[in-house]
Formats: sequence, structure tokens, C-alpha cells
Amino acid sequence: MLWLALHLPRLPLDVFERAAPLPGPAVVVAGDGRTVALPNAAAARHGVTPGQKLSAALALVPDLETRTRDPSAEQQALESLALWAEQFTPTLHLQPPDGLLLEIGGCLRLFGGLEALAARARDGLAELGFDATLASAPTPAGALLLARNGLDSLVTELPALRSRLRMLPLDGLDAEATVLLSLARLGARTVDDVLRLPREGLARRFGQALLDGLDRALGHRPDPRAPFVPPARFHNRLVLPAPVPAVEPLLFGLRRLAAELCGFLAGRQEGATRLQLRLEHEDHPPTDLRLELAMPSRDAAHLMVLAREHLSRLALPGPVEAFGLALEESAQLAPRSLSFLAEPGSGAESRAALVERLRARLGRDAVHGLALVPEHRPELAHRVAEPGTPAASLHHAPRPLWLLATPRLLAAGPQGPRLDGPLALLDGPERIESGWWDEGDVRRDYFVARDNSRARLWIYREIGPGPGERWYLQGLFA
Amino acid sequence: MSLPATRPAAASGSAGLHTLLQGTHLWRGHELAAVAVPSVPTGHTALDALLPGGGWPRAALTELLCARPGVGELSLLMPALARLAREENRWIVLVAPPHLPYAPAFALAGVDLSRLVVVNPRQSDDALWAMEQALGSGACSAVAGWPNRVSERALRRLQLAAENGRAAGFHYTSGAATSSSLAALRLQVEPADTGLRLRLLKVRGGGMGTTLTLAA
Repeated sequence: MLWLALHLPRLPLDVFERAAPLPGPAVVVAGDGRTVALPNAAAARHGVTPGQKLSAALALVPDLETRTRDPSAEQQALESLALWAEQFTPTLHLQPPDGLLLEIGGCLRLFGGLEALAARARDGLAELGFDATLASAPTPAGALLLARNGLDSLVTELPALRSRLRMLPLDGLDAEATVLLSLARLGARTVDDVLRLPREGLARRFGQALLDGLDRALGHRPDPRAPFVPPARFHNRLVLPAPVPAVEPLLFGLRRLAAELCGFLAGRQEGATRLQLRLEHEDHPPTDLRLELAMPSRDAAHLMVLAREHLSRLALPGPVEAFGLALEESAQLAPRSLSFLAEPGSGAESRAALVERLRARLGRDAVHGLALVPEHRPELAHRVAEPGTPAASLHHAPRPLWLLATPRLLAAGPQGPRLDGPLALLDGPERIESGWWDEGDVRRDYFVARDNSRARLWIYREIGPGPGERWYLQGLFA
Repeated sequence: MSLPATRPAAASGSAGLHTLLQGTHLWRGHELAAVAVPSVPTGHTALDALLPGGGWPRAALTELLCARPGVGELSLLMPALARLAREENRWIVLVAPPHLPYAPAFALAGVDLSRLVVVNPRQSDDALWAMEQALGSGACSAVAGWPNRVSERALRRLQLAAENGRAAGFHYTSGAATSSSLAALRLQVEPADTGLRLRLLKVRGGGMGTTLTLAA
């Protein structure tokens, strides 16, 4: 077993800054409203430190931006991160408030070794907008301790872990402050000092929990962890530092959400086929955009192109405060296996991608294919269909390439129908009588006619119960 | 007026001229260069004979000027479209057609309906965008479009897109024959008593001004 621990020391700040960096010096204020939980880099430069009184911080930096700490957003970010991390391993454990454990012993070969996997995780975390320390160890608690102490070390063997842990300063331990204070008073400065103390004495004074924790970290006791149970539906959400009236500034944060979603999909060998992008406004109900994909995809760039097309057509009802991405439907998507030969299969993807791109900008109904319907009545003999629908063969008298949406009544002259002049009948009649069963009764004689400008028209004479003939234009032989 | 057969030619003069003409570095105006333009046969042998490459250019824009619709300007393309639909696994796209494309007619003309895509943008600017996207995507073997008011710059973009995406582009316009254009091939389509009259306004490789009548 080999555990990789991710520690996110700046998570309270990251949840506010993932969508866009906070302008200027800013702090996250603890729940009580009076203490600084975490300053950002700009504020820290002015001397603001964690634990400081807010009033002191404001004295140092008068125009300080403040945000109240949002534990639920932090928990949600941690859960989303866990879903993203599923691409590395199915065995995960959340360590709130700011840690994640991945069991990677079984996956090392797939990723090309520990260093490669850790590098990939680091790059991915940066892309998602998280500031994280990674450490690995044979025990989960040991890995967490190393990561919490800011040690980017990749330890694989127990002896190495033990010697590393022994060198940790005392306050790196996962224990109560009073316990740490008392231990310090005993003269212990490192974990090694604590381990040298008699065990029974330690247990009596500080309780068994401290010893058990140490034993688990060092690998003397087993440390079973409950596996993370993923939520039923993937969805994540980012809050913007200030309401944004346009669509462009959303793309930066949206890219991060898309990367998270794609990591999640990669872990399940799936591709997204339908997504919901929700934009939240202060005074309006949220705007929901549905993104549909012709073929399942887990390519973040592809999703961004689609989202951008949809967003460019959108008129915002109000400034956007927060936005989120939810996965509505996904489908199996095996990874593409490379071949030595030329790739004929990729044509299908780009054909579907073109239809998707056109639909994203013009609307779903603006792009369609054609299909035949076995019907005598010409206006019903065709229908729109999904592009790529196969068609049956048919036998017919001549038909015009262009059909008028509604047949146009022609003026009747002494010699017959007229359209800017007399029409000469070239071919016909083709008698079509049909539709008595569904109230769409049709009795017509169709002719191919030519007009003054020698255009060829498809016209019909309606055979009706009343007197007189009625002629209509229904198509053009383009 | 012909030269008397017995008149002897000046020795050095005509022999020198003869060798010059034999050499390959002299190009004579009436010799059309045999340009290797990848083309799809139009289905009308008389027209193929006039076009370099023997058909509609496969990766360029062809402009068809037609004053009045309904004379056969689209039927002209049908044999080539049917062939492209058969031979290639790529879309045939109609952008902003002036009327409903009638599926039975396309099927009768031999075009595989499963390759056909009809794009109907609500705004005319989007028609140009859709044509460019389709031409440049590489996913289309042919794109026929009826956009409004195409500027020279837009035409250039369409031409480039057709080259990049290896698509045969067909731009239908009712514009005046005299305006210049960057299309590789320009034809004027008019009805004639016996069928369709085509005038080649511009052909890459020469052959301008030729008129041809295709029987209906």
C-alpha cells in the first residue's frame, strides 16, 4: 500500500480565488468574524498574519477585502477534487478540512511510476486552481503528516518514513494544542523526543489517542480508512469575487470546472453527452444553459469551445455572481487506441463535431438532415431528420429540388395558369389522390411547367368538388 | 494566302525557330497548361472538357451566377454531388437554401440522403459563418450556399476554407457578371431554349468566355 496525501493549506482562500483572483490585499475571516483565518499574498506582504485580530489587519491595510470563511464551499471543493482524483485511483479518502488521501500502490505502473504520477497530480491541481502539497508514504497518517508539514517528499518505505517523521517538529503532529503545549514543557521538541518518552506515562497523562495516532502514522498499527463514496451526480460551483456583467470573465473559472469534470470522466472511462451550465444572478432566477454533445467527450478544450459558443449567444439578464457545471448524462468512452496505420475512424468525430458546432451557434433546429416518408401526397413525402439518417430508395416521376413551404395559388388565365405570364405545360399530368383517411384529402394533377423566363416549375391543378380550376405552384426545378 | 511549297526556307532562320519551338522553355498562348487540379467530374462531358482538371474543383470555391432561380442551376451539380456522396464519407451541406430542399428530388438525383445536411440560419451573417465552418472543417466533401451580400474579403475566406478543408464549395449568387471575384471558377447560368446555357466567366488556367449549352 502506498498513500499519496494532498494537503490544501490555502483552501479557505482558494475557494474564493478559483474563479478569478481577488483584487488587491484580501483576507478570509474566521467564523467568529473577528480573527483573520488566512491572508492572501498581497495582504501578507503588508504584515497580515493568520490568527491576527481583524481590527489589527485593517489597521495595517485600510482597503482590505474580506470574505467570511465558507466551510460548505470548502467541503464541496474537496469533494469535487476527490471526484477529479478518481482518475488516478478508485480508493480515496477525504480528510477534512483540507486533505485528500489517494491509495496509489496499485496504479503506479499505469502512470509510469510514483514521480510521474505525482507530477501529473501536481500539474492537474495547478490547472484546477488549487495550491497543494503532495507527499507519499506507506501509511495514510504518515503521508498526511508529511504533507501537512509542507514536505513535498515521496517516501515509499517504512524505515524512511519513520526517520522522516521522527524529525518533524512537535507542532506538526495531529494533536490538541494543550497536549502539544504540555509536551513542549516536558522538553520535547521533535516527534523523536516524544517517542523516547515512556509509553505508559504518555498514555496516562495524555490519553491513548496520542499514542495510537503516532503508532498508526509509523505503521505499528493498522489504519483502515473508510472509502470515499462519490455523490450521485457530479456538479461543482465557483463564486466570483465580484458580480460580472459580461460573459468573457467567466471563461477563466469555467476552464477550471471543465478540467475537474474531465478528470472525473477520465476516472470512469466515460464521456459527457449532456451538461448543464448554471449562471447565478443576484436579482434574477438562475440562467440554465444546456450543452449537448453529438458524441461523448472528455476533452476540456472541446467542452470549452461548446460552452463559448452557447455563451456568446446569451443575453445575460443580470450580472453573474456564481456559476456551476453539472453533468446530466454521460456515456462510455474508451480511450482511443493508437494505430500505426492512417486513422480513417476520426472522420466520424469531426463530422459530428461540425454538426455540434453549427447547432451551438445557430440553434438545434437550424441544422438537420432529410428523410423520405412513404406518402403519395408530395408535401408529406419528406421530413427533417438527424443528419446521417439512412434513406430507402424510391421510384418516382420527376420531382423538383426546391419545394415551397406553402403552395402558392396561381392566377388563372384563359389558357390556363399564369405566373408573370402564361405557363406552358411540359410534362404531366401526374394524378395524385390520397389521404382520405386523415382529413388531408388530396386530389391533384401535377404538371411540369415553364414560365416566361424559362424557369421550370412544378404546379398542380386541384380537382375539387366546386366548379372552376385552381392551380398552385409547389416547387421549382432548380 | 499560303506560301508556295517549293520556296526554300532561309537555312539558319527557320531551323533556329524550329529548335526554339521544340524546346520546352517556350510557352505558346493557346496551349492550356495541364494543371493538376483535383476535380470531381461534373457529369456533363462537354463541361468537363472545358474545365482544367476535368470537373468541379474539389478544394476550391466555384461561383455560379444565376439571375433567376429554377432554371436548373442546382440540378447542374446533382451528378457531382451524387458521386461525392457515394465515394466519400463526408457531409454535403446546403447553407441557407432559398426554398425547402425536397428530399425525394435529391434521392431521385442519386444523392444519398444520409450525407445531406441542411443549415438554415436565421440571420444572414450566420450563413457566411456556417459556410466557412463547413468548408474548413474537413468533414464536408461539398458545400453549396446561398448567402446574401458577400464581400470580397468574405469570398477570400471561403476560398481559403475550401482549400483547407478539401471541400468543393459552390457559391450561388444573382450578382452582376462584371464584378470581380476571387473564386477559382465562375460560371453564369442562364436558361436556353434547348436547355441550360453556361458561360465560363473565369477559369484558372484559361478558357474564359467560352459558352456552352447543355441539353436539358
